[in-house]
Amino acid sequence: MSQTAVSRKTNKPASPWKPAKPPKKLNNPNAVLSLNGKWGYLFTAPFFVMFLIFGLAPIIYSVYIAFFNWDALGTQEFIGIQNFVELVADDRFWNALLNTIDIWLLSTIPMLILSIGLAAILHNPHLRGSTFWRTILLVPNITSVLAIAIVFGQLFGRDFGMVNLIIGALGFEHVDFIQGTTSSHIAIATMIVWRWTGYNALIFLAAMLAIPGELYESAALDGANKWKQFIYVTLPSLRNTITFVLIVGTIGGLQVFAEPLILGGSYNGGDSGQFSTLTLFLFDQAFVAYKWGYAAAVGIMITVIVAIVSLINFVITRRLAGDGK
Amino acid sequence: MSALVKEQTKPTLNKRPKWQKMGPFGYIVLALVTFLSLFPFYWMFIVASNGTDEISKIPPTLLPGPRFFTVVSHVYEALPQFNQALLNTVYVGTIVAVAQVFFSAIAGFAFAKLNFRGQKFMVLFVILTMMLPSQLGIIPLYMLMGNLGFIDSLNALIIPALVTAFGVFWMRQVIDAQVPNELLESASIDGAGVFRVYWSLVLPIIAQSSFVLGLFSFLATWNDFLWPLLVLQTPEHFTAQVAVNQLKSSYAIDYALNMGGAFLSTAPLIVLFIFVGRRLVRGVMDGAVKG
Repeated sequence: MSQTAVSRKTNKPASPWKPAKPPKKLNNPNAVLSLNGKWGYLFTAPFFVMFLIFGLAPIIYSVYIAFFNWDALGTQEFIGIQNFVELVADDRFWNALLNTIDIWLLSTIPMLILSIGLAAILHNPHLRGSTFWRTILLVPNITSVLAIAIVFGQLFGRDFGMVNLIIGALGFEHVDFIQGTTSSHIAIATMIVWRWTGYNALIFLAAMLAIPGELYESAALDGANKWKQFIYVTLPSLRNTITFVLIVGTIGGLQVFAEPLILGGSYNGGDSGQFSTLTLFLFDQAFVAYKWGYAAAVGIMITVIVAIVSLINFVITRRLAGDGK
Repeated sequence: MSALVKEQTKPTLNKRPKWQKMGPFGYIVLALVTFLSLFPFYWMFIVASNGTDEISKIPPTLLPGPRFFTVVSHVYEALPQFNQALLNTVYVGTIVAVAQVFFSAIAGFAFAKLNFRGQKFMVLFVILTMMLPSQLGIIPLYMLMGNLGFIDSLNALIIPALVTAFGVFWMRQVIDAQVPNELLESASIDGAGVFRVYWSLVLPIIAQSSFVLGLFSFLATWNDFLWPLLVLQTPEHFTAQVAVNQLKSSYAIDYALNMGGAFLSTAPLIVLFIFVGRRLVRGVMDGAVKG
């Protein structure tokens, strides 16, 4: 931003059409002042109108019905915070929360390490065919979760799944991925990692390409080897990008539902709810049990949890990366 | 964003260090990643072309079999409306993509280049809305669709998806980074109005990025699964994903049938990706937060 601001300042005197305009009162310091700003209301109106109707109004209404015993058949009885009281005492909610966090951790940490590592490989200027590799990385991301969950469901199958055939060939017992708690979480996390590692590697690669080459050169002059350069130059420069990827990953990861839904074939999240997640629980309450008030309360809890975890992520990555700002 | 601006004004910053060596290790990792990325698609085809029995033996077949067209015909027997479902998906995806690009570009232009009261607050509002979990309002949205008579109608997929906060924010970033203020200033001194400036100067510059945004909207719509599953009921109105899911639920696990459906619903995307993959990669990297 700083450079744009500079160029704009030097431009100011050369703008003869509005010489008296005091620059500090601008709503948008980057704006082109010779254009009539009033049009801005018209241009943004379609977005705001549509968003108010189909985005914000449902959310507000959702908060409203969370305080009701409200079902699909027409019961509408105000019960205050009863839904939330019930929710906090509901084992299914805590089970879903723990599963969600477990899946999130099992997917986020490997995904972050793998994508930064891949980006570092792609960052190498001597790499041949870089366009090809980059394009391949995006392939998993454009496929539907449904199609992929069907394939992975088969690959993780107990008797004839490829994963278990390999486990068996190595001399171990077959694992029933779907029935186990941790094993089902691993299967789901694998799908998420498969889907997002390449995409995030591209994000990290873009950030690495923006690191000034001089930083590496001076580090090399100081005798830093490749690994040290990676630790002391690359990683600190990725601070904001890591925060960004973590927060986006958290918002998505805490809402995971498609993979477990397809893996289990129902909103239960497995026979004993071993891979039920928060969002799956919401849908189960909303569209199987038709307890809309209760489901709305679950939605609000998800939002609160997402906000808290995002904030923690933000603070931790700042701390870890050091030198603040 | 600042990095993006710098990158354009000073391309030399982008120069990669020249002294690193590329060993075989990197290529081995990349080859492995390529294998892992493509294998599920290959496997989809293997299962669909061999049938479930061939797969359920040890060791399983790893080569394409002769039964692909048999399996495809089973898919169409189980769901005669499968082609209709593909067409529905293209229809919804195209409308949503065009609408999102149109509304996002013009709103993004206003946020990036125009000065009006409340502008700052409105941008903040857009950013905050991106943080909200999409499931939060899903029950009232479902009720609203019922009131509008959109249940079991493709309108339920189109109307709420016409605008997104993400699209508006993305377009604002793109216009801010790609369209020089000087150009718009000189045009407006020459008497061009706001709309004229937008139409004949801004739009041509952001055409590439708009295309990328449209592609992402199209892909997201194509792959969207839960909402269509909730609001669509009759097979004539299914999207491809709901159709594939139908195959899954109406039969005991028939992997060949499921993967045949999955393959048919994925193949169009793969073909599309062969043509536009490189642009998508650039779009993802342009939109990245750097530094």
